[in-house]
Amino acid sequence: MDLFWQQLINGLSLGALYALIAVGYTVVYGIVQLINFAHGEIFMVGAFGAFATWVVMGSPKQMSWQAAVFGLLPAMIVGGMIVSVSVALLTERLAYRPLRDAPRLAPLITAIGISVFLQEVVRLFFGTIPGMPDAKRAIPFPTVTGISGRSFQIGTVTVQNSAVFTIAALAVCTVFLWFFVNRTKTGRAMVATSQDPDTARLMGINVDRVIMSAFAVGAALAAIAGVAHGMRYGNIDFRMGFLAGLKAFTAAVLGGIGNINGAVVGGLVLGVVESMATTFIPGQFGSPAWKDVWAFVLLILVLVFRPQGLLGAKVVDRA
Amino acid sequence: MNRRIAKLAAVTFVAGTLALTGCGSRAGNTTTGTSGGAVKIAKIGVIAPLSGDLSALGLGIKNSVDLAIKQANESNAIPGWKLELAAEDDQATPDVGKNAATKLSSDPLVVGVVGTLNSSVAQSVTPVLQPAHIVQVSPANTGPGLTQGNDLTKPSRPYDNYFRTCTTDAVQGPTAATYLLSVGINKVATIHDKKTYGQGLVEAFTKAFTAGGGTIVAAQTINPDDKDFSAVITNVKAAKPAAVYYGGEYPQAGPLSKQMKAAGLNVPLMGGDGIFDPAYVDLAGSAANGDLATSVGAPVETLASAKAFITAYKAAGYKDPYAAYGAQSYDAANAIINALKTSLAKASDAKSARADTVAAMSSVSFDGATGKVAFDKFGDTVSKVITVYKVTNGKWGTEKTLS
Repeated sequence: MDLFWQQLINGLSLGALYALIAVGYTVVYGIVQLINFAHGEIFMVGAFGAFATWVVMGSPKQMSWQAAVFGLLPAMIVGGMIVSVSVALLTERLAYRPLRDAPRLAPLITAIGISVFLQEVVRLFFGTIPGMPDAKRAIPFPTVTGISGRSFQIGTVTVQNSAVFTIAALAVCTVFLWFFVNRTKTGRAMVATSQDPDTARLMGINVDRVIMSAFAVGAALAAIAGVAHGMRYGNIDFRMGFLAGLKAFTAAVLGGIGNINGAVVGGLVLGVVESMATTFIPGQFGSPAWKDVWAFVLLILVLVFRPQGLLGAKVVDRA
Repeated sequence: MNRRIAKLAAVTFVAGTLALTGCGSRAGNTTTGTSGGAVKIAKIGVIAPLSGDLSALGLGIKNSVDLAIKQANESNAIPGWKLELAAEDDQATPDVGKNAATKLSSDPLVVGVVGTLNSSVAQSVTPVLQPAHIVQVSPANTGPGLTQGNDLTKPSRPYDNYFRTCTTDAVQGPTAATYLLSVGINKVATIHDKKTYGQGLVEAFTKAFTAGGGTIVAAQTINPDDKDFSAVITNVKAAKPAAVYYGGEYPQAGPLSKQMKAAGLNVPLMGGDGIFDPAYVDLAGSAANGDLATSVGAPVETLASAKAFITAYKAAGYKDPYAAYGAQSYDAANAIINALKTSLAKASDAKSARADTVAAMSSVSFDGATGKVAFDKFGDTVSKVITVYKVTNGKWGTEKTLS
């Protein structure tokens, strides 16, 4: 039973990370019907932005936990967001907008191209920015005193402080998203655009701006995920976005792509299934090597019996 | 729609053709370089990861080979011949390594190759070099199968052109087991990354450890691409091991150690030469303290024979350190150069000397940076020294040298 609770905590914190990234896939898909495969790289760029912020602050190493949690951490999150949101808006402006009326495959392939492009740019050129270390291999992420590498015990279950941060960040972001979508003008404009962009435009909604805000919201959450990833695993590298992006995309589809709550639920379910499968499936099929297999088996089962995903898309399909 | 696809196909075709002709003309240039000049040129290739996670090790290999070649040219070791370096990046990937091997074997000037770093890459590189009779000396492949075949109880040599200057996992794993048992640790969990190197190391370790009276309380695997090891660690922790033996390399081992300690599994992680690198300590942070590694040979810094190598390496002003395999690579290059002294003496061009070079390798014997360099009938080095290292205060230090 201890193992159950331990794996539940492991799974929820891993799932929270997937969910934070998955929101970016789902928001963009809900509005422009584009699967933005470069979103995993936006997450990676966000983590590097947070790292760069730390370097710009003079690479502070020793500090009290109050200074770290209330000074360094917010600064890194904001720095990461500035970088990830700028990169996301640039990709939207330069790569996706010119292809908005092209067949759906064109932006999809473009997204894959941007994904490779961003990885290579970070790999080759991050080290050439004055003061930054070479990014050709993993870089140790700055230690946030009080969170990185710390843990506490509840009975026999070990809870890492970084896991608490990730889950708390997801909770805050979900509340913020609910408020943003349902209570602000921009948010309601997003819902309207996702339901019918042409009518929305006739009603005076600036569709370009709505699309940009969708990219920006996704990128901001991805930056938080990037910081959470850095504190959880202690290292960041230029390839970290690929697998994380793939898993987050799976989470978005699992929950029902286009549905923000679905992305959150899908992420958490995926994380928990991966963790549980390694402990509770007997024999060699339960080895950690098979966890991805079980995650995708679950995806296939959900798609067979509920093609619209766990929560289904709230967005009306306009096809 | 059809027109668009046709256009796309046309563009792809044109791009592909351009790429192909690009390769062709480059190959042409190298061949024209042969004629002209009284001094003939022979090349020693390097196949190692020059970019990516393992580049710290790969660049050390490349520079050490470069140093050996420069020294041979300065001392005019092979009269009438000038040696050149042809380094290729394998990105630690079998497919890329195979392309690098194909490229080197199609260059008529290449007579020998130092590499690879990874045993898994060697498995696809050696079959390409063998039919071309290019001698290959690895400074770092520790997979026993490369010299002794897949069935270690009935060893038979699969590649006559393959030699190595390092000891194998067949020796490294058991040494780790002996060491752990000698310090009173008899419950160990094993984790490996499913690559040839990691799996071989863990298999050899498990056999020796259980034979010595120890118990393997958990045997787990990870995916090399994974970042999150919490599920594996939870399973391992439940088995209450006194140490974790990891088969793999530092890009995964460092984070694994860090996550282990963060999850409250405070036991040392022990690995093979793949984790014996300063980058491991960078990645694991303070969690690395107390972790152990075995590495082939005696520590280079303590060897009297390696002093000359270290001084020359520093004097040459390379940007990257010689890393874990510098001295072995230097010896590997010198082994090839020694064989070339015999084979090139009567050869008219580099390509015709390839088979003679392979034949001359078996009689190579000299005192290198790591000690005596000579090969047995399988192509393995005759010296079987292993050293155990331990991290203290964020640095690898020598714990014990065993042979």
